[in-house]
Amino acid sequence: MSKLEISNLHVTIDTESGPKQILKGVDLTINPGEIHAIMGPNGSGKSTLAYAIAGHPKYEITEGSITLDGEELTEMSVDERARAGLFLAMQYPVEVPGVSVANFLRTAKTALDGEAPKVRTWVKEVNDALGRLQLDSEFSARSVNEGFSGGEKKRHEIAQLELLKPKFAILDETDSGLDIDALRIVSDGVNRYMEDKDRGVLLITHYTRILRYIQPDFVHVFVDGRIAEEGGKELADRLEAEGYEKFVTASRA
Amino acid sequence: MSVTTEQPAVAPAIETVESHLHPTPSWDLADHSAPTGREEIWRFTPIKRFASLLEPAEGLKTLEWGANFPEQVTVTELTDEQARELAVEAPVDRIAALAAEQSVHRTHIQVPADVEIHEPIEFTATGQGGRASDHYVISVGAHAKATIVIRFQGNADYSEKLDVLVGDGAIVNLVTVQDWEQGSIHGGQRSLSIGRDATVKTVTVSIGGDIRLQEDTRFGGPGGSVEQFGLYLVDAGQHIEHRLFVDHNAPNTNSNVDYRGALQGEKAHSVWIGDVLIRKVAEGIETYESNKNLVLTDGCQADSVPNLEIETGEIAGAGHSSTTGRFDDEQLFYLRSRGIPESEARRLVVHGFFWDIIRRIGLPELEEHLLEVVENELQVVS
Repeated sequence: MSKLEISNLHVTIDTESGPKQILKGVDLTINPGEIHAIMGPNGSGKSTLAYAIAGHPKYEITEGSITLDGEELTEMSVDERARAGLFLAMQYPVEVPGVSVANFLRTAKTALDGEAPKVRTWVKEVNDALGRLQLDSEFSARSVNEGFSGGEKKRHEIAQLELLKPKFAILDETDSGLDIDALRIVSDGVNRYMEDKDRGVLLITHYTRILRYIQPDFVHVFVDGRIAEEGGKELADRLEAEGYEKFVTASRA
Repeated sequence: MSVTTEQPAVAPAIETVESHLHPTPSWDLADHSAPTGREEIWRFTPIKRFASLLEPAEGLKTLEWGANFPEQVTVTELTDEQARELAVEAPVDRIAALAAEQSVHRTHIQVPADVEIHEPIEFTATGQGGRASDHYVISVGAHAKATIVIRFQGNADYSEKLDVLVGDGAIVNLVTVQDWEQGSIHGGQRSLSIGRDATVKTVTVSIGGDIRLQEDTRFGGPGGSVEQFGLYLVDAGQHIEHRLFVDHNAPNTNSNVDYRGALQGEKAHSVWIGDVLIRKVAEGIETYESNKNLVLTDGCQADSVPNLEIETGEIAGAGHSSTTGRFDDEQLFYLRSRGIPESEARRLVVHGFFWDIIRRIGLPELEEHLLEVVENELQVVS
C-alpha cells in the first residue's frame, strides 16, 4: 500500500515579523499507483508542501494531518518519516563534503531496512542504478552533491529513489534546470519506479514540460497556499496555453 | 559566518606590513620579555597555563625519541652554534627562544639530495613527565622525496624549536601528531623554508594536551608551493592554538592552508591565526587560507583570525575564509530525509568534515587511526 492523505493542512514559517502562514488548508488524497502533479506559480507554497510532508524543522504544521497508509506522519521525526516509506527528491540537494555517495547510499539503505545490504549484490545494484541514470561508477566515490552539476544532482536524487525504494515519493521541481536529455533520463527513472503499482508520486513542478514524459493521473493547480483547481492531464494542457494568471486572479477575488 | 576576500584590498594593507603581528626574530632571550597576555601574539593564550614554558628551567630533559627510518637518512647531534647556523629563522617568541637556548640535545635529521624514499621516516617522541625541550633541524636535499611523521605522546611540559629546510625541487610530506596525555603542555615554533620549485605538504594534528604552535613558512626561491592542513579536537578545558604565518617572499609561489577543528565541552578553546604576507617581490603568487570550526556543545570558544598583508597587486589570487558554527541543519535534514537517524547523520557529517583533512596524510594506518579517534571523541557528544 502507499496511500497518502493530506487533510486541512496549515503550515507557517517563522519570519522576522513573526509567523507567516504559507499553507492555508490543503486537502489531497493520492491512492496507490497514482501520480499527482502539483503546479503553481512561484511563491504559491508548492515547495512548502513538500518540505512540510518531509518534516523540515523550518515549517511548522499548525493544523491538519498527513498520513501514509493510515500512519500519522506529522508526529514523526524526519528520519522516522523516511523509514515509514516517504522520500523527497529535493529541488536543491544539499552538499555533504567528505561523505562519499557509496557510503551515503549504504548508510541510508541500512537505516531503512534495519540491516546492512549484502555487499556483493548491493555494489552491483548501486552501479546499475547509477548507470541507468547515466552516472558512471566513479560517481559513487565522489562526495555527496559536492561539485555536482545541476543535472548530476537531480539524477543522483532519482538514483536514490530507485535504490531506496520508498512507498511514496515527492519530487520537488526535479525538472527545473534540466536539459531535454537529462529530463528524459530523470523521467524514465520515475516511470521505472512507478512500474510497481503499490507506489505513489507527488510531482511538484512549475512547468508542463516534464508532463510530456511522466503521465499524471491528476493535476492540481496550487495558488496562495491551497489547491485552486483540480483535473486530469487536460488541466496541464490548459495551463500550458493559458498560464496561471486566471487562477491567481480568481483566488484573489 | 564567512569572510571571503577575492579581490585583495591592496592600499590599506601596505601600512601594516612588518607590523606587530610579526615580532622581530632573535636568539637572545632578553629580546623576548615574559608576556603579560596583553601582547598581540599572546592575547589568546592562557599565560598561566603555559607558565612553565616561559621561564628557564632546572633539570631540563629531552623527550624519549624512537625512530624508524631507512639507511639513507642520517640523524646527528648539532652544537648550539651549528643549530643556529642551520635554522630557518631565529625564535619569534619566548617559548621558542628558551627551547633554542636550553635544549639538552640539538639534532639534525637529514635526507640527502636526489633520493626518493618510499617508506615514511617515522619518529615517536614520548614525554616522561616534567619539563622537556628540543631544538631540531630537518633538512631534505634538493630533488629528494620523503614523508616524515612525528608523533608526540606521553606526558610533558614540552617546548620545541623546529626548523625544516626543503631543498630545490624536493617533495616533502610532513605529518605531526600532537597526542599528549591530558595535563601536558606543548609550545613551540616550527619554521619551514621551501626551496625553488619544491612542493611541501604539512598535516598538523592536535588532539591531546594544551598546545600552542607557531608555524611559519617562507620560500627559499621562486616557484615553491605549500599546502598546510590541520585537524584539532578540543575537549572541555583544553586549549589548542595554531598560529600560521606564510611569508610570500618569492615570486610565483603558492600556499593553501586548511585547518579544521571540533570543540566540545565547557571552556574548550581553539585559536587559529592565519597570517599571510605578500611581499612586493612576490608577483604571481596565489594563496588561500581557510579555517572551519565545528562547535558541538555550549560553552566552547573558537577564535579564528585570518589576515592578509599585501604589498603587491600583481598576484594570481589571494583569499581567505573562516567559518565557525554548529551542525549545518540542511545537511542533517538531507541525510535524515533518507532515513538516517540523527546521531548517525551527525557522525557522518563530522566524519566527512575531518576526512577531507585526514585523507591528505597519505599513510593508511595513521589515517585509519585518526578516523577512529575522531569517532571515539564524538561518541561523547551523541
